[in-house]
Amino acid sequence: MDVWKKVPVREQEPEVRAKNFEEVCLGYNEAEAAEEAERCLNCKNAQCVKGCPVAIDIPGFISEIKEKNFEKAYETLSASSALPAVCGRVCPQESQCEGKCIRGVKGEPVSIGKLERFTADWAREKGIVPKSDQEKNGRKVAVIGSGPAGLTCAGDLARMGYDVTIFEALHEPGGVLIYGIPEFRLPKEDVVAKEVENVKALGVKIETNVVIGKATTIDDLMEEEGFEAVFIGSGAGLPRFMGIPGEQANGVFSANEFLTRNNLMKAFREEYDTPIMKGKKVAVVGGGNVAMDAARTALRLGAEVHIVYRRSEAELPARVEEVHHAKEEGIIFNLLTNPTEILVDENGWVKGMTCIRMELGEPDESGRRSPVEVEGSEFEIELDTVIMSLGTSPNPLISSTTDGLAINRRKCIVAQEENGATSKPGVFAGGDAVTGAATVILAMGAGKAAAKGIDEYLSGK
Amino acid sequence: MYPIVKKEKLADKIFLMDVKAPRVAKTCEPGQFVIVKMDEEGERIPLTICDYDRAEGTITIVFQTVGASTERMQYLNEGDAFLDFVGPLGCASELVDMDTEELKKKKIVFIAGGVGTAPVYPQVKWLHEHGIDCDVIMGSRTKDLLFFTDKMEKVASNLYVTTDDGSYGFHGMGTDQLQALVDAGHTYNHCVAIGPMIMMKFVCLLTKKLEIPTIVSMNPIMVDGTGMCGACRLTVGDEVKFACVDGPEFDGHLVDFDQAMKRQQLYKTEEGRAMLKLKEGDTHHGGCGHCGGGE
Repeated sequence: MDVWKKVPVREQEPEVRAKNFEEVCLGYNEAEAAEEAERCLNCKNAQCVKGCPVAIDIPGFISEIKEKNFEKAYETLSASSALPAVCGRVCPQESQCEGKCIRGVKGEPVSIGKLERFTADWAREKGIVPKSDQEKNGRKVAVIGSGPAGLTCAGDLARMGYDVTIFEALHEPGGVLIYGIPEFRLPKEDVVAKEVENVKALGVKIETNVVIGKATTIDDLMEEEGFEAVFIGSGAGLPRFMGIPGEQANGVFSANEFLTRNNLMKAFREEYDTPIMKGKKVAVVGGGNVAMDAARTALRLGAEVHIVYRRSEAELPARVEEVHHAKEEGIIFNLLTNPTEILVDENGWVKGMTCIRMELGEPDESGRRSPVEVEGSEFEIELDTVIMSLGTSPNPLISSTTDGLAINRRKCIVAQEENGATSKPGVFAGGDAVTGAATVILAMGAGKAAAKGIDEYLSGK
Repeated sequence: MYPIVKKEKLADKIFLMDVKAPRVAKTCEPGQFVIVKMDEEGERIPLTICDYDRAEGTITIVFQTVGASTERMQYLNEGDAFLDFVGPLGCASELVDMDTEELKKKKIVFIAGGVGTAPVYPQVKWLHEHGIDCDVIMGSRTKDLLFFTDKMEKVASNLYVTTDDGSYGFHGMGTDQLQALVDAGHTYNHCVAIGPMIMMKFVCLLTKKLEIPTIVSMNPIMVDGTGMCGACRLTVGDEVKFACVDGPEFDGHLVDFDQAMKRQQLYKTEEGRAMLKLKEGDTHHGGCGHCGGGE
C-alpha cells in the first residue's frame, strides 16, 4: 500500500457509461474502505472538520471504519449530516474537507468523500435509519422547499423535537437533487429517495405540490396555520439567457429545462410520457457543474456534445472530477469561445451558432482573468441544439408575497450567515435563495445554521 | 392524491373534470392555471382554471386530447384521482385587480376560440358576480365542438356564437363577428381573447386596427410552471417573459405570436413531433409516445 495515494475507486468504463444512465462511480467495498481509512492520521486538531460546512466529526467516523464498526461510523456521520449518501457523491471535497487534509500536503488527501459515501451506502443496504429519541415539543415550524437546505434544516429541527412540515412546489421532494443532478451522478430511487425517507423517519412531514407565494403565503402559514417559525430554502430560480439573437429558436433550452425533463420527468426512459429533444450535435454554453451535467446527459441521449466556455480550462467553475469525467466520456471542450448568435432555419429551428474567439485579459472583480473578444475571429458551427447553462436569478414568488422580507440588490433574500435570520421576525432563510446558485453542501450548512437559529429564537420566545 | 368528483365529455376530444384540490380552490382567481400529472409516468400538463368552488374545495379543468398524457387522461373517471395537482400558478387576470367602478365604465368584449371557451368562462362569471357587463363572442370550427353555451348565456350580457362552417350561429370566425359588431355600431375599449395561438394572433391584428386594447392568455410549453425551466419564454414587446410567472396573460398587441407558434410546434403538435423525428434520426425514441417513433 502506497500511503501517499488514495485507494483507487472503481468506476464504470468511460465508453460503457457514455451510453447509459447508471452511476459512474461504483464506490468502495468494505475492504477498500477500511484500507483507505487507515490513511487517516486522526489529527487532534482536525483541519478537515473546519473545512466541512456541516462540521462532520470526520476523524471520528473514519476511526470507526478502521475498526470495521460501520454502524457506529454511520451514527457519527448521520448526527451531523441529514444527507451523507448525497454529500459523499456531490460535495466539492477537494476544496473543503479533503482540501484541508494534512495527508494532502505531501501526497493525496484521505478520500473522505468516498468514505462518507461508503458509510451511508452501507447503512442503507443494511436498512439502518437515523435515530432520534428526542421528545416532541409540539411547536410547529414550516420549511419551504425540500432541497438540501430544507431537508437539513427540517431534519435538525425534528431532532430537537419540533413538529416540522416541508412544503415542496414540485411533485417529488429533493429539489435540485431530484430535478438537477443526473442519475449517473446521484441515483434518485436508491440514494435521494432513501435519504428523504430518513428525514421523514425523524418525524418530518412533507407536503408536495404546494407553491408558497401562490397557494398560500408565509404570513398565512404563521397567522392561520399555526407555524411559529418558517425557513425559506426555495432555491435559485429563473434561468438566465445570453440575450443574443436566435435564443428563442426551437432547440434552445435552459440547462434547467433540459435536466428537469430528463431527471425529474425521466424523459430518458421509454415508459415516461415527457418528451425531450435528443439532438445530434449539441452545444452547452457555460462551464459550471450544471453545464457538465447537461453535456453528459445530452451525450448519453446520443449526441456529439461541445462545451462552449468563454474563459480557459483553469477558470472552469466545475469540479475537476466532473471535467475529467466529461472529457473521458468524449465531451469536446471549445474553450475561450463565446457565442454571438444562434443561427435559425426557415422553420424556426436551430441550425448553428456563430462564436467568437476570446483571450484572457486583466483579472476582474472575481479575481479571474476576464475574457476579451479577439476581433475578426468569428466562426460558425453547425448544431441542432443549444443548452444555456449560465446560472439563475432569484425567483420572486416568495419575496414579492411576504410582507417585510428584505431582499438585496441581486434580489436574493437577506439572511444572517450565523443563524439564517431575515428581516422578518420568525422567518429564516438559507441556500441558493440567499446566496444565489451555489453548492449542495453550502445550502446544507445554511440549513443547519438556520435550524439552530430557529431553536434559539423559539426557546427565547 | 386529488380525486375526480365529476367528469363530463363536452365535445369530441374535449373533457371537463372537477377535481378536489382544497389548497388550490382556497386562493385561486380567474386567469390562473394549474399543472396536473395523472400518474408516475405522466407529463406535467398546464391547464387554465375553468371554475372553482371554494366551499367544496374543487377546481374545474377542461382539456383537449392532444398528446400522450392527455390521450390517457380522457380515460380517468369519477372516483379516480390525479397523482399530482398543483396551483394556483401564474398571475390572476388583471380584471380581478381593477377597481370595480372603473370596470363598470369599460365596454368589454371576450373572444373565446375552441377549448379557450373554458378559461373565458370564470372571468365572465366573475364580472357578472361583480355587476359588470361584458359581451362574449365564442366560436368553434363546427356546431358539435361547441360547449358551455348555456353557462355562458347566463353570465354574459350578450353572447354571440360563431362556427367556421356556419353549422350554428354566425357563419365565420370570431374576428368576423367582432368586425360585424363594430360595423353595426358597437364600441369596445377592452378585449380579452383566449384560444388557439393562431386565433389570438388574428384577433390582435384586428383589434390593433380597431384600437381596442387586448389581453391574451398564452399557453406555451411548460415543465415546472414556477419559473424554473424557462421553456415558456415569450417575446413581449422588447422583453423576454416567462408565461408561468409573468403571465399567462399579456398585452396581445406586444406578443410575438409567430415566434410563440413556432416554439409551440416543438413537442405539442404532430408537425413538431414529425420534425423532431426527422431531426433526431436514429436517436429518436418516441418519448412523446405519440408519433410512432422508435417502432
